[in-house]
Amino acid sequence: MTAQDSPGSIELLTFRLGDQEYSLDIMSVREIRSWTRATPLPHAPACMRGVINLRGTVLPVMDLAERLGLPPRGQEDRAVIIVVSQGETLTGLLVDAVSDIVALTAEDLQPPPDLGAGAGVGMVSALTLIDARMVRVLDLQATVTLGEGLAA
Amino acid sequence: MSCENDPMAEIRASFFVECEELLESLQDSLQVIEEGTDDAETINIVFRAVHSIKGGAGAFGLEPLVRFAHRFETVLDALRAGQIQVDVAALKLFFQSADRLSDLVRISRDGGEPADSDALLAALDALLGEESGGTETAPEPEIAFEPTGLALDLSGLDDGLPALAPLPDLMDLSDLDTLPELDPLPDLDALPDRPPSTALQHYTLRFTPLDTLYETGNEPFLLLRALQELGGAHITCAFDQLPTQKELTPEASYLSWTVTLETEAEAAEILSVFEFVEGLCTLELSEAGPAAPPEVAAPPDAARVSSDPTPEVSAQTLRASEPVPPARLKPAPEAAQPEPKPATPPVPPLKPVAATPPSPPAPVKSVVRVDLDRIERLVNLVGELVINQAMLSQSLETANLPPHGDAMSGLEEFQRLTRDIQDSVMMIRAQPVKSLFQRMSRIVRETSAAVGKEVRLQTRGEATEVDKTVIERLADPLTHMIRNAVDHGLESTEARLAAGKSAEGQVLLTAAHRSGRVVIEVSDDGAGIDRPKVLQIARDKGLIPQDIQLTDGEIDNLLFLPGFSTAGAVSDLSGRGVGMDVVRAAIQSLGGRITITSTPGEGTCFSISLPLTLAVLDGMVVEAAGETLVVPLNLVVETLTFTAADLSMIRPGQNVLRVRGSFVPVVDLGAALGYRPPSEQFDSAVALLIADEEGRRAALWIDNILDQRQVVIKGLDDGFYRAPGIAAATILGDGQIALILDPSDIIARAAQIAPRPAALKTGTSA
Repeated sequence: MTAQDSPGSIELLTFRLGDQEYSLDIMSVREIRSWTRATPLPHAPACMRGVINLRGTVLPVMDLAERLGLPPRGQEDRAVIIVVSQGETLTGLLVDAVSDIVALTAEDLQPPPDLGAGAGVGMVSALTLIDARMVRVLDLQATVTLGEGLAA
Repeated sequence: MSCENDPMAEIRASFFVECEELLESLQDSLQVIEEGTDDAETINIVFRAVHSIKGGAGAFGLEPLVRFAHRFETVLDALRAGQIQVDVAALKLFFQSADRLSDLVRISRDGGEPADSDALLAALDALLGEESGGTETAPEPEIAFEPTGLALDLSGLDDGLPALAPLPDLMDLSDLDTLPELDPLPDLDALPDRPPSTALQHYTLRFTPLDTLYETGNEPFLLLRALQELGGAHITCAFDQLPTQKELTPEASYLSWTVTLETEAEAAEILSVFEFVEGLCTLELSEAGPAAPPEVAAPPDAARVSSDPTPEVSAQTLRASEPVPPARLKPAPEAAQPEPKPATPPVPPLKPVAATPPSPPAPVKSVVRVDLDRIERLVNLVGELVINQAMLSQSLETANLPPHGDAMSGLEEFQRLTRDIQDSVMMIRAQPVKSLFQRMSRIVRETSAAVGKEVRLQTRGEATEVDKTVIERLADPLTHMIRNAVDHGLESTEARLAAGKSAEGQVLLTAAHRSGRVVIEVSDDGAGIDRPKVLQIARDKGLIPQDIQLTDGEIDNLLFLPGFSTAGAVSDLSGRGVGMDVVRAAIQSLGGRITITSTPGEGTCFSISLPLTLAVLDGMVVEAAGETLVVPLNLVVETLTFTAADLSMIRPGQNVLRVRGSFVPVVDLGAALGYRPPSEQFDSAVALLIADEEGRRAALWIDNILDQRQVVIKGLDDGFYRAPGIAAATILGDGQIALILDPSDIIARAAQIAPRPAALKTGTSA
């Protein structure tokens, strides 16, 4: 579900990770929850924060900062969990704060420049400018799918 | 059959559900007969089951099914009439026919090519032999319903009836003595096999059909004809209730018959003629003896009390399924209307099931069929309720309410109710293992025929109830085990005789509840496991090192190794490369365990132990490294406290604990799960002694035991991340998720003491 797929207007949910701004297609967002302590899974990759109880179902929570290779956040109790759906599966994404919902057209999105290998490459599908700030648009599929190296 | 989209589809589906029940009662009764009780009622149940299947199949135009069922029924009818005797060969044939019948039902439902039944049919016909060959084997003309007003097809009759004249002549019918002439069947007395008439009894029977009898497609003529077969009958019809033609309602019943019967048959036999119309007519039977004729209680009334709802159900089903034109009954002379035998005699569908003996006749139970999805949903909701109740009680407890106030006592009641609801819902999912065992008896028949052994399967504990999912997933492993028992477990007939055993091998299949689990055992009285051979094969195949010394128990467990097969030649049945390792994996995936015991010369016993349900688990809630975890209670042998003095180090980081003289590896749970670095603080430490499916033991060193309770199992999304040592998750009273441990995985990972294949570990490993 990359932003380029929709030719017309697209709505993005923007959120903060540290001092960076990221965004997701709002159609994939199910709900936003305040931070609750996750039950850690043994020997899980660092970005897997564990599982929480989402009204009776077990929801895995991923620390998005860790996933994107950003420095760890200091304070956790203000953090929020964005529940996203990828097909049938629900995943929680732990972010620092949710900022806004913005409506854009496809022309506002630019492909990210090719910067070679590194953490987070392939997860950012586009860049855009909102009030002169750069906002990264995440490719949800690439973000929530753990690669072979991470899952092992 | 292209019935998917029309309203018939639903009726058809319910017919197949009924078929399943009928087939089950058929199997049951055959088994009862096999055990030596061949009373008339049991044979009747067999007959009725086949008959009902045939009837229903006819209504749906399932030709192959009707054809086979008809021939089968004919033989059973002869059996019922005592013309043929049940012997071993006949019974075997009946079992085969029942199997074929269930195949045909399945094929009719799911599509597919029916197997060739000719050989079986020929055998069935041969059973009838010459005794009644001339009369009974001639298949009744299979009649398609004619949806015309007057189905006055008289082709089956020797000559026409005056009754066929138009209505005004009706009154001439009063002398129904002409009936015998209509009867193409010879008098039963003429049959050579019939024992000589002993004491002829005189009966008077008054038979008054109700409207419903006609509505359900029954035909008094056929009943009367059946009476005639019992002996000399003088039948008179009473017209006194018949209104004038103007007032006559076509659907109503006005006629009744009085039959004077001269027969040696018992009263019960006479009444059995009317068994398919129980509740649809009134019957008065009196014995005309020298003394005052004693009134025989009319059974239909008695039967109506117990099976009342069923005829109605069947009546509805049939009314909808049968293209019966209302006009069919129009010209009142029902008796003279020798219409073709209805293809669907309305047999109360639940009755045969309810009446199924084993030993004590079960009372008639009313049954509701529910879509499994709805039950699943209910189970899920109850799971939520349990979690919610736990959360509520936790928050009330922290609210410092007065301990005996309304809120707290109300909460107690709430807890009790929740528990009751949960138990009841789990009971809905529970099913007796009987259907599973019946499938196994078929496997035994087929396997024993294929390998040329005489095998007798005995089953015990068929009423034991297990979760439906467990039953479904048990079918394959159990099939394999049964085949193994017949093919490998039992010796050949010659070898058995040489060993002084009976030629017939015994396979015993039992189920029982034992301490919160279901134990299913498959045992045979064969030669037992040939341990030297097993060991040799394992060595030849390189499954174990050449020089290893194994105990008997360890050798037996070699059977569970992947790629192990003892059969010298790969036989058709077992030894397809799918071995006991697959069986064990299937059992373990159900949370169960499988063990072998074998005594040379006496036999082998495989024992499966399973949880009652897959939805809830009795767990011990423990704490390790600040995390709350659940250990399945059935694996916990005991709880221990220990100090550093009880520990001995094998190598750095690997300690064993002395438990009453044996050494058990210690697993530091917090460290094993990666929650904290290994600890060396052993002051009054708490440990759970656990034993896994293979009997391996370990001591789980934990921080604290918090609680012991039932938890609702929540699956973890394995596609995302598969956590080692974790089986599932549950939600605790505070809304937090606690992980449910998979102790055998933890033992295998943390202990690292397995140079031998894991399958070899027995209870003595230390």
